[in-house]
Amino acid sequence: MKRRTLLAGAALALIKTAAGQVVQTLAPGDPTKTPGPPPSTLGTRSGFEQPRLIASDTSSRTPLQSLMGIITPSDLHFQRHHGGVPTIDPFKYELLIHGMVERPTVFTLRDLRRFPSVSRICFLECSGNFRSGKPNMTAQEICGLTSQAEWTGVLLSTLLREVGVHPSATWFLAEGSDAAVMTRSIPLHKGWDDAMIAYGQNGEALRPEQGYPARLLLPGWEGNTNVKWIRRIEVSDGPFMTREETAKYTYAIGGGKFRQFSFEMDARSIITFPSYPQQIDKGWVEIQGLAWSGRGRIGRVEVSTDAGRQWAPAQLHGPVLPKAHTRFSYLWQWDGRPTEIMCRATDETGYRQPTLSGLAAARGGHTDGYHLNPITAWEIRRDGQVFFKPEKWK
Amino acid sequence: MAIAIRPDGRGLPRGSGDAVTGQVIYAAKCAACHGVTGREGSSPRLVGDTGKTIGNYWPYATTVFDYIRRAMPLNAPGSLSNDEVYSLTAYLLSANRVITEKTMLDSARLAAVRMPARNLFVNDRGR
Repeated sequence: MKRRTLLAGAALALIKTAAGQVVQTLAPGDPTKTPGPPPSTLGTRSGFEQPRLIASDTSSRTPLQSLMGIITPSDLHFQRHHGGVPTIDPFKYELLIHGMVERPTVFTLRDLRRFPSVSRICFLECSGNFRSGKPNMTAQEICGLTSQAEWTGVLLSTLLREVGVHPSATWFLAEGSDAAVMTRSIPLHKGWDDAMIAYGQNGEALRPEQGYPARLLLPGWEGNTNVKWIRRIEVSDGPFMTREETAKYTYAIGGGKFRQFSFEMDARSIITFPSYPQQIDKGWVEIQGLAWSGRGRIGRVEVSTDAGRQWAPAQLHGPVLPKAHTRFSYLWQWDGRPTEIMCRATDETGYRQPTLSGLAAARGGHTDGYHLNPITAWEIRRDGQVFFKPEKWK
Repeated sequence: MAIAIRPDGRGLPRGSGDAVTGQVIYAAKCAACHGVTGREGSSPRLVGDTGKTIGNYWPYATTVFDYIRRAMPLNAPGSLSNDEVYSLTAYLLSANRVITEKTMLDSARLAAVRMPARNLFVNDRGR
């Protein structure tokens, strides 16, 4: 709390936030009788709004149920680190591009910013983004490892033309400068398609948690491949078979086999209102949620308010962007009887979001952690309380 | 700076090590997190047939060397010498019965190791 804020006549008090927590903030009096604080050098959230990530040892999850529109505020973007968050001096930052190229080159941050820049809005989702098991789980806990930003940077294709890629090159290695020196192998076609070296996020420099000063951004591809704090790209004629693409980020598909190099994030959606721990009243309820696909635009979202027996189209809120969180809504008149509500997304390729049992059936009975995008159902109880309804498939 | 190793062994540095030497380093620098035999502890299981281990799930031996060298130990990544990394790799492969305890690993021998999990994986690229 700044001194001059206090001088402006306000006092500290305990208040209840919009989400229902009790926190200490400025006491609201009659705002028309006392001048408020003067203009400041940095804006802040209202004390009544205190959204938070849920952090574990390895990741922290976006409060999807608190978001409005389609942009995730930068400080609420999900995080997944493999060796913590490094501190990198932007004046000492270097990106080396070498390997099967004509002109191995070191780019400083200043160099990267001299190239033509692009901005695009797209989601970023960890491929391990699914939790289930008990009714008292929030959307944040179930699938909070997805977020969306407007990213600014230079297309990787611009840099690849600059260094001159050997015609027989097919992959590249991306390496971060965190304490894990994390590496992933990426098919070169993604580099020519829409990959970016991003240095901007939502109108300012990247956050350290998102790779400051520069990261690889692969729109629509599993989060882990979007290597943060990127320091090196080695163009090659095959994958390097790093730990993250062999021992991790692979999953059982039955018959003793495991799937590797699943890059695209499949279409998914979730209702964020109403969701646990909210409570609704009888009458009109505007069901809202987010839908997205790593393969392109969302084609349609359908909502069921009778536990999946009947489905009706939801309204998509523009802009409906490729590889982007898209907000949808569905106006529903709740009659006060217990039911289940759920949604399912279909993307422009025609792929439709499956059930957990559908995923398990397609993978020989396995659902072991990666690339799970099942339909999420919420149970509405008689008193209007909303609970997660974990799908039992075994 | 280019420390990545290919599955065919390209990029492996000079140096060598064996399982007996590796076991001593493992006890000092790895066992606290991965357990005395690589089966216990809070960090990923490394040895044996239970769960996903190096012995039953890692398709390339080169990945073991590459990952230890770049990221381990967790509290001092990048601190091990190449000989130490060869020794630790030899110990973990030996504990998983992929190589014998007496094998002296160097770049050529490590590149020649064929892992039990070599054919477990199906490439999803282009699906």
